[in-house]
Amino acid sequence: MDEDAGSIQRMIDCGAGAIVTKSIGMQPREGYANPTILELEFGLLNAMGLPNPGIDQYGNEMKQLQKSKTPIIGSIYAADTQEFVMLASKMKQYGAAGVELNVSCPHAKQYGLEVGCDIALLQTIVSSIKQKVRIPVFVKLSPNVVNIVEIAQAAEKGKADAIVAINTIKGMKIDLETTHPILANKTGGYSGKAIKPIGVRCVYDIAQSVNIPVIGVGGITTGEDAIEYFMAGASAIQIGSAVYYRGPDVFKQVCKEINDWMDTHGYKKITEFIGAAYQ
Amino acid sequence: MNIPTITPILTTTNEAKDIKTITFRYPKTVIPGQFFMIWIPGVDEIPMSVSYVNKEVKGITFRKIGEATHALYQLKPRDKIGVRGPYGNGFTLTGKHLLFIGGGTGVAMLAPVVEQARKRKLKTTVIIGVKTKNELFFEDRLRKSGATILISTDDGSKGYKGFASSLAKDILTKEKIDAVFTCGPEPMMKTLLSSCRTTPFQASLERYMKCCIGICGQCCIGKGLRVCLEGPIFDGKTLKKIDDFGVYRRDAAGRKIPV
Repeated sequence: MDEDAGSIQRMIDCGAGAIVTKSIGMQPREGYANPTILELEFGLLNAMGLPNPGIDQYGNEMKQLQKSKTPIIGSIYAADTQEFVMLASKMKQYGAAGVELNVSCPHAKQYGLEVGCDIALLQTIVSSIKQKVRIPVFVKLSPNVVNIVEIAQAAEKGKADAIVAINTIKGMKIDLETTHPILANKTGGYSGKAIKPIGVRCVYDIAQSVNIPVIGVGGITTGEDAIEYFMAGASAIQIGSAVYYRGPDVFKQVCKEINDWMDTHGYKKITEFIGAAYQ
Repeated sequence: MNIPTITPILTTTNEAKDIKTITFRYPKTVIPGQFFMIWIPGVDEIPMSVSYVNKEVKGITFRKIGEATHALYQLKPRDKIGVRGPYGNGFTLTGKHLLFIGGGTGVAMLAPVVEQARKRKLKTTVIIGVKTKNELFFEDRLRKSGATILISTDDGSKGYKGFASSLAKDILTKEKIDAVFTCGPEPMMKTLLSSCRTTPFQASLERYMKCCIGICGQCCIGKGLRVCLEGPIFDGKTLKKIDDFGVYRRDAAGRKIPV
């Protein structure tokens, strides 16, 4: 969802506290041929290939949401610093409350993870956006790296406002009858329940190593999943795949489940247990 | 799990120029109006509405129009395809005298619901609208069901000369129709909707689809209505609120383009 104003509005109406858009680039991009998404036993495997109408046309979608009180965070991807700065500047112009840098997509050549693995480049990108565009910058990281903490620290050095962890995990599904990898792109990113322990571990490691907030994402389907991320050190959480598992009402349901859990455990504020797992 | 099941093609039938039916074994329950994702390994995976619904065997009927349908058109019995689904909501039969309007290949997915209506002994009128008579198919099949069949051709080569929507408007003013069901070019369906006024209306929409499971957002219309999940059949009340109906669709990049 979140490729157009209508679906964003629906997610807002279903209780999402903020929206992260589809990742938007400089030019329109069609993405990969189908199959693009499979549901496997314990999660979703996708290789959408960053489809998006391009930053100029995306302005039409953002314009329809200008009156919305819910913050819209523009997810952007690019191959170099200059493009990232231009995209961030356009998103600001469109009224975005912040930008999230997709430096972690595991299946798009030149983009995503290929940018996010280069520590020096990432720091330059973040600091350039911060210097030239006055807008909060979140950096979404990939777990498909040797050391996610040092990448988070590079983003912090570039003056990022928050870290988002994690993006999907690179995977593959092969059809035995035809011997073909089923996704048209062959490899894709794995999300959903199966990756939650990986996300929780990443958030736990990052949150103790940086002084900026961490937004937890990866397999959150229930209120208890969200609470686990808070205890690992997340200040906020994102939900994607669970829109498939529980439908768009997942946002209201997760909020209610968090509240119910806090009531039965005697907590008044989420901040009381953020990072509670460090002992 | 939501992945393609590999199944061999049982039969292929030429229906008209560039139009073929493929049947395959697929024992799941399917409601007319629902669709499959058909995977041609190494080529693409595309949405296809069901055109034949038997207990064990299902069929799809399509026009050779793009890369995927060209590849599908070349396949022979025993060749393997991947099938998943069914997806979407399907038609809901209501009323005693029903009017069906199929434009172009739209009649393919209406055929099983017409047969279902006849099995329930409902009075059934079908308009098959095509550009010219050699594009016509499923006429005999639907006559056999006992439905009243009317043909419209843009060039007058058979039946009523003119648009199916004009013929439908005549019928709607002359006869008491309880419900209208349609699949075809969107401008045609939009015209039909305006002729229907208060008559219950169901239309099958086509949008570029990717995930087919309601998560990617590619096929959304209006306020986040997913054609793959909440559709592809929408009622008139819903469609009247969707500004893009009959006007815009979105391409693979999510850009708005005229229908």
